[in-house]
Amino acid sequence: MTIEALKEIDGITKREAERAKNMFALGLMSWLFGRPTEGTIAFLRSKFAKRPEIAEANVKAFNTGYAFGETTESFSVQYEVKPAALRPGVYRNITGNTALAYGLIAASVKSGLPLFLGAYPITPASSILEELARHKSFGVRTFQAEDEIAAVGAALGASFGGSLGVTTSSGPGIVLKQETIGLAVTLELPLVIVDIQRAGPSTGMPTKPEQADLLNVLYGRNSESPIPVIAASTPSDCFEAAIEAARIAIKYRTPVFLLSDAYLANGSEPWLLPDSDAIPPIEPNFTRGNGGDFEPYLRDEATLARPWAIPGTVGLEHRVGGLEKEDVTGNVSYDPDNHDRMVRLRAQKVAGIAQDIPELAVDDPDAADTLVVSWGGTYPAVAAGVRRVRAKRKKVAHAHLRHLNPFPRNTGEVMRGYEKILVPEINLGQLVKLLRAEFLVDATGFNLVRGIPFRASEVEQAIDAMVDA
Amino acid sequence: MAEGNGNVGSPLKAKDFKTDQEVRWCPGCGDYAILAALQSFMPELGVPKEKIVFISGIGCAARFPYYMETYGIHSIHGRAPAIATGLSTSRPDLSVWVVTGDGDALSIGGNHLIHALRRNVNLKILLFNNQIYGLTKGQYSPTSPLGKRTKSTPMGSLDWPFNPLSLAIGAEASFVARSIDTDRAHLTEVLRAAANHRGSAFVEIFQNCNIYNDGAFDFVRDDKTNRIYLEHGKPIRFGEDGEKGVRQHADGSVEVVEVTDESELVVHDAGHAEPSLAFALSRLTRDTSGATPIGVFRDVRRGVYDELMGEQIELAQQKQPGELAALLHGGGTWTI
Repeated sequence: MTIEALKEIDGITKREAERAKNMFALGLMSWLFGRPTEGTIAFLRSKFAKRPEIAEANVKAFNTGYAFGETTESFSVQYEVKPAALRPGVYRNITGNTALAYGLIAASVKSGLPLFLGAYPITPASSILEELARHKSFGVRTFQAEDEIAAVGAALGASFGGSLGVTTSSGPGIVLKQETIGLAVTLELPLVIVDIQRAGPSTGMPTKPEQADLLNVLYGRNSESPIPVIAASTPSDCFEAAIEAARIAIKYRTPVFLLSDAYLANGSEPWLLPDSDAIPPIEPNFTRGNGGDFEPYLRDEATLARPWAIPGTVGLEHRVGGLEKEDVTGNVSYDPDNHDRMVRLRAQKVAGIAQDIPELAVDDPDAADTLVVSWGGTYPAVAAGVRRVRAKRKKVAHAHLRHLNPFPRNTGEVMRGYEKILVPEINLGQLVKLLRAEFLVDATGFNLVRGIPFRASEVEQAIDAMVDA
Repeated sequence: MAEGNGNVGSPLKAKDFKTDQEVRWCPGCGDYAILAALQSFMPELGVPKEKIVFISGIGCAARFPYYMETYGIHSIHGRAPAIATGLSTSRPDLSVWVVTGDGDALSIGGNHLIHALRRNVNLKILLFNNQIYGLTKGQYSPTSPLGKRTKSTPMGSLDWPFNPLSLAIGAEASFVARSIDTDRAHLTEVLRAAANHRGSAFVEIFQNCNIYNDGAFDFVRDDKTNRIYLEHGKPIRFGEDGEKGVRQHADGSVEVVEVTDESELVVHDAGHAEPSLAFALSRLTRDTSGATPIGVFRDVRRGVYDELMGEQIELAQQKQPGELAALLHGGGTWTI
């Protein structure tokens, strides 16, 4: 039908005419859903501005498809989708990885720290490297390293020099980076590690999402190696989550894991643009010394963060390293009690971040007995599942965790307030394990590990089963 | 970035580069001599010490940063060139030095080394080669000779060794040199040349491990007549009275000869665009000729990674400095 319709257009081959068939289909769909056609036509004319005959062919195919819908009697229904009820403001479309890249740039602007990205190409994280490479006008340095290890190493080296060091990867790359991340834990330098989770183990299904790296990022390093973990919940939330990761990294002088997944990374949604002036500044607080001989591990009393003294600062020459350090002085120490103290200090510093993050909000309009706890990219599906259950006049509460380490300070209290807890995850039950261990609650997992997001109906059924039980 | 105007007034001395940390190498280790040479060379660098950073990996040599009163990182095994690459490219105002060993640089960190060299990152890489794993107490290393009996090779090593200079030249390093731990004057001269080089400078230092591999370099350490001193622009002669020299064959390879006619000898050209002569010279070893060259094998100018990256950023910022609101509002917006 498409070829027939385009017969009269000069200058296109039969093959080119055939390739316009997707526009025929789009025209038909536009009729079926009662969508306006002007936007699509304007897009086609600008997309193929250099080949007017191709533009013409595509527009004609599109219009023909639309007309076909109108005149054929094969369809007994036509749908009309009402505009979504969105808050007023300026919107754009955004994918998770673009939002994440913008969030990193925003953190760089707001902290005044130049952004340094060390990355090795890997699906589904590469587009962050590609995006950031386009923004040198913000002073962004992107370094495509020889391997995942060099990527994180270079980022850590840049952090030592006073940059906002970032590395981006996915599961198979993250495991290679873990040794260096352990070094960052002990050097106590800011570093943001982005894990765009994909289905594994090993190469797994590189383009498919999963949430199965949580325990790896928490515990996948040697010894006691505490690290804050943040997870984004929607494509546009990747922007805020990236800023939050950088804020914690800089303020607490610590590596921070930022988790996203293949679905968030490539998924797009309308984004109500934030007022960039309203994003709070991040104060790097480089040290100018702490009186007398410089003591690189003399901690801030409130945050337990150590001073960040960057090369070029006169009189603060000092050495840091992977060997255990003496408290305060940072000199190498094998003293048993010192090691015990340092292990605890590093853990306390990360645990203390709980005082600096929002409490866990619970969406519970009906005083339910059942709580659904989700994290990361399952947020939209779980929230939709919850709405469906409530539409059946059943009671269910929903809490979504952005901070996975430390948990918000009221998490235990929230958990203990419910009789039944359901934890849907695209893994075999990782958050549920943490919640049970941490808070001694009888939480139950709902787990499907298929490399695709949950469907709202699946979550709905799982909640129904628990609420009705 | 922080201010870097320190050390105005009295010039720095070697002791200004010593730290309060007890030096903990085995008595008699070649590392002491290298440390002393470096500490006394540092003032000559003319860089304030707050702008100098030493980065190491793991191994005996890797303790080096603890003994230098500069900024420093004692990092993880093999990764120093990667960490230093991030620091150097983000802070081109710093003088960044990597101290490494044969296991650290050529085994676990081989990948980072060759890539730092090919990119020509502005790093000074000092490889202390003792042909053994010292810190782990005596296993063979990637530079141990074939057949070497060690704790992990009781019947002799089966591994064909790396020639560090051949490797560096193969990776297209823009500066490649060699010196000897105990030859203070020569080592200082090589350090000076390395420091003056813009881009990656790779220096192999023969370093005696008197505990696990004593005497590995005696053929040039003790017997100076086997040192082939390389001097740019001069015919390559050596021996007690320069009675021996190096001749180049038509195929590019070189051999040691008794000098009869100096015009037969190859004239050293460290600045040659092609690395062929430097590579051929790196093949002169104890095994092939009983003598080995020391000095600067290769010293050429090519684009420095840090500078090139800085130029791209400058260009982009000249065109249009980044503006956050404009970035967020790019790519098609609509208002509700």
